[in-house]
Formats: sequence, C-alpha cells, structure tokens
Amino acid sequence: MSDKPAATVAPQTAQARTPRSGGAWALLVSELTVLFRRRRTWALLLALAAVPVLIAVAVRLSSQEPTPGRGPPFLDQVTQNGLFVAVTGLIVSIPLFLPLTVGVVAGDTIAGEAGLGTLRYLLVAPAGRVRLLVVKYVGAAVFCLAATLTVVTAGVLAGLALFPVGPLTLLSGDTISLGESFLRALLIAGYVTVSLLGLSAIGLFFSTLTVVPVGAMAATIVLSVVAQVLDSLPQLDWLHPWLFSHYWLDFADLLRQPVDLSSFGANALLQGGYLLVFGALAYGRFVTKDILS
Amino acid sequence: MSAAARVADLAIETRALTKRFGQQAAVDAIDLAVPTGSVFGFLGPNGSGKTTSIRVMLGLAAATSGEVRVLGEPMPARLGRVLPQVGALVEGPAFYPFLSGAANLRRLDSADRAAPTGSRRARVDRALERVGLSNAAGKKVAAYSLGMKQRLGIANALLMPRRLLVLDEPTNGLDPQGTREVRALVRSLADEGTTVFVSSHLLAEVEHMCTHAAIMSAGRLVAQGTLDELRAGESRVRVRTPDAAAAIRVLAGAGLAAGLEPAPNDRGTESFPGASASPDRSADHWVSAPIELPRSGRVAPADPGSWSAGGQLEEEDLVAALVAGGVRVRGFEVQETSLEDRFVALTGEGFDVVR
Repeated sequence: MSDKPAATVAPQTAQARTPRSGGAWALLVSELTVLFRRRRTWALLLALAAVPVLIAVAVRLSSQEPTPGRGPPFLDQVTQNGLFVAVTGLIVSIPLFLPLTVGVVAGDTIAGEAGLGTLRYLLVAPAGRVRLLVVKYVGAAVFCLAATLTVVTAGVLAGLALFPVGPLTLLSGDTISLGESFLRALLIAGYVTVSLLGLSAIGLFFSTLTVVPVGAMAATIVLSVVAQVLDSLPQLDWLHPWLFSHYWLDFADLLRQPVDLSSFGANALLQGGYLLVFGALAYGRFVTKDILS
Repeated sequence: MSAAARVADLAIETRALTKRFGQQAAVDAIDLAVPTGSVFGFLGPNGSGKTTSIRVMLGLAAATSGEVRVLGEPMPARLGRVLPQVGALVEGPAFYPFLSGAANLRRLDSADRAAPTGSRRARVDRALERVGLSNAAGKKVAAYSLGMKQRLGIANALLMPRRLLVLDEPTNGLDPQGTREVRALVRSLADEGTTVFVSSHLLAEVEHMCTHAAIMSAGRLVAQGTLDELRAGESRVRVRTPDAAAAIRVLAGAGLAAGLEPAPNDRGTESFPGASASPDRSADHWVSAPIELPRSGRVAPADPGSWSAGGQLEEEDLVAALVAGGVRVRGFEVQETSLEDRFVALTGEGFDVVR
C-alpha cells in the first residue's frame, strides 16, 4: 500500500493503471502452478502411471505367454516389444481411468473455486469471468495431456525395464525404428488427449452449475460411462457418431504405415464440436451467474 | 467532465438498488451514498442484506433493479476498470488450504491483470507485513487460525494501492489485539486517502472506526449520515423531581422543549405519578428535554436559536437554574444516545433474524 499513497492516485493515474497485456499469462501460469501443486493431482497421475506398470509386471511374472485375442488388444505383443506396454496401458485406461481423472479435474474447475470461496476473490481481483473460464479450460486440457503422457511414459519405462525393446512392427506389417516408435507413441498420446477435450468441456459446464465440486465431478464421470454404454448398443447406431466417446479407441490407424490421420481428424472435429457447444453453455451460465458462495 | 467531479463526491453510490431472490427482496431499493475519503460503517443485524449489497456493488451478483456506481463508474458495466482500484474482503476470507499464505496471495494477485508481475513478491511480502503475518507467510493456510485467515484476507485487499476498500466484517474471529490492529490499519489507510467501507454488526466497532455510517434493516436502508448526524436529536437531559411543572417551566425558560416522561420508563425507575401515598421517591417524575450535544460537553437546545442566554450553557448551570427555580432536583443526567440506542430503535431488538 505504501509504495504509492492512495491519496495521490487521481483519476488520471488510475486510468494509466488499467489492464496491460503484461499480466495476461500470469493467471494461466498461476492456475497450472496451483493445479500441479495439489497432492490430489499427483495422486491421480500416480494412479494412471500404475496402470501400465501393473500390466507389465503381470505379464512379466506370468508363466504363460499371453494368447492373442485374450485380454486387452496388443497384450500379446508386449513380450515381443516392450513399447506395446504403453499402448496397452492407454487402451485399458481409456474407458474408465482417464475419464475419471479428467472428470475430477474438469468438474473441479469452477465449482472447486466456488466451494472454497476463492471464486469471489478471483472475480473481484478482477480476473474477468471469460478469462477465468478460458484459463480453467486450458488448465483442464493441460491435465488431459499430462494424464495421457503419464500413461505413455510409465508404459514405455516399464516396457524398457521388463521386456526387449527394438524396432516396432506396425499393424500394416511395416517395421519402424525405435526413434520413430517413440514419435508414434507421442502421436497416440496426442490423439487420446484430443479425445478427452470434449469431456473436459462438459466437465467445465457442469462445474459452472454447482458449488459442490464432487457433484460436477460425478456428473462428468457418469456421463462418460453413459456415452460408452450408448456407444455399445447397436440399436442406437444413428447416435454413435455424435457421442464424444465414439472415437476414443480408434487410434489404431496411427499404427499403420503411412500414418492415416483421417480418424484423428474426425475425432478432433467431434471434440471441437463438443468444446464449442459446452464452452458456449458454460460461458452463458458463468457470465451471468450470481456468485453467492 | 461531470463523471470526474462525481468521483470526488461519492466512492459508492446506489440508486434504488434492489436484489431479489425469488419473491424475497434481500436488498430493497437502497440509496447508499458513501463519500470519498470517509470511513463508512455499513451496519445491520445478520441477514439484513449487507453482504448481498456488497456482492452487487462488486459485480459478483447482478442487481434486480437500480443502479450502482463505484468510484464514479457504473457497475458492473465498468467492472474491469473499477475493481483493480478496489480491495475487498467479502463474506469472510477464503483461500486454498493446500497453499501457503504467501502463495495464496500471489495466486489471487495474478488474477488482477493490472497487477505488475515483477513486483508481485515484494507487494505480497509488504501486505503480509502490514497485517502482521510475515512469520506465517510460508505456512499452509490449512494450519491458519480463523484470525490469521482474516488477516490474510485483509492483506489480499491491500496487494495494490487502492482507492476504495470494502471490508465485510473485518474483525470477525480476531482477538482483541487483532481488532485493535485492524482499527489502526483502517485509520492509517483512511489517512492515506483511501475510502474504507466497513460492514459490521458490531456497533462499537463502527463507533470506533467510522466517520459515516448507514444502517440496514430487513433489506432496507433505514438511516445514513455522519455518526454525529445519526446520533443527533436523540440526546436529552433528564431531571428527576417531584416538581414536574416547575421543572418544565425552568427548562422552557432555558429554551429547552421539556416534557414529562411517560411512566413507567425503561430504566426500571419507579415513577408512577401520584401512584404513591407515601412521600418517598416514587412520587418523583422524570422531566426530559432533547438537547444537542456537541463534543465539547456543553449543552445546547435542539433548536439553537432559542437558547435564551444566547450561547451554550454548562450542564451545571442548568442544574443551578433548576434549583434557583425551586425545583427539588433529585436526579439529573445527560443521556447521550449511543449509536446502539439508535441502531436498536431502527432495527428492533431481539436476536431473531428478521427473515
């Protein structure tokens, strides 16, 4: 307070202090710092990392070779090439573990701040409602990336530690070098991250509806399960292309030579649509909402 | 520019501000005028609409109808310009329990685009020092006591130079020492020229800190003005005597509009006129007259033009006049209306939350 006595702050100087672009990134940096300083975030990431590690250990300790067609896809390949631990880990995590962690983070975005009461202090700072919403969404998206990278990294490390790793034989029969296989693993991580963006937008919207973060988290997670159940009912064929979970497991095309990006594109378009719709809903709700918590 | 001229007048101004939740008006057409440079007490019992008014002023909630201007600018239309100049503590402190006190302040400061990143650490340290939390800066807020959180909340309001501070129940949860410190802090901020708007349900607090006050009751603004204005007209001299008629005459001679107090009065004094046969004190009456009480301790009539002596009298002169007039003065007091009397008169007594 004392570096500039308020008495001397005339209207003109007050105008000179109005927002500059200098601090535009500060809130995002702060958001990510807070997110990744929370023990909860690390617990979620650790749980995700445990999935491929458990798979690798189980396969390694098992006396019998995994039979093709039993267990999750690519499980039988794990003993030939450790890199498949990462792929198998993702496939196992996609239906429940990843949506669960993303649901927790996305559902917490606004409702968590409201529940703590910090939302009112962010808004009178003033953070700006739209800016806060965007920062919160970007934070959730960064978590999606961190989550998938965690599974992939843990999978690759577990594979390197427990199985032979070498040039990778793709689904198309071609063989690629180790370096390129890492790139493919990153590409798959990117695909899965994009897959989760729609769900994050849904979680953000739910989060603007309540001051109870657990409610928004549960709703988001339940919806992700419901979408997958609906996706498995052939009677609802017409609905399937519209479900945000529809392309979640369709990253096999990325394991062909040459890389087929059409499913990547279709998935990105669908997720973009969800982001647009639920982002707009969240915006509509949040900018007019009375903050009474 | 007329808007600029207005800035100089009122830091907060509301016109017919109303906020309804369903059918119920939490804030009902209030016209608040907070002069720039004042320390303004916003008084009211619990549930009288103080916090809701503050939420609307700060753009957290939208008004159902009416206007709000803060620092001369309409809210919430100019929220992005106004709020960087306003520090606020709204409905108690709220922080991330898993972050340290300093990290919490840095977090909230980063939300303010007008706050320079380069000086953030220094400003946070300065604010913590100002509320006496320097030693607990690195401690997680989860380990803070309520009073420490309250101090941190005030520190958050002081991160930037502010033209207006809105402090909702700032001494809540503070020990007497902390309460004194907050009072001193408010005073020093006011000396720097910051307008301070303090809501409270504690009258003593407002009487200690504020230059102005407004009183809310059941969503309505029932009084506002300087503290003296709020107390004014309600002070009285009271004379206890069996010679009521003579006393009234003497006081009238001094220009005071004296009258017999209706009995029984609220002080538990037995004064039923004529109710007693024995010549004891119960035959006494209370005669009282409204006076103005300047802080000098002198007595002046409520209508200054009528003071016969042409000036102010000491209280003892009044007693002398009464005695000289043959009045048996058995009791004499100058009863100052405290803000509390006024508050209770305006908001009603009792602990029941009105709504």
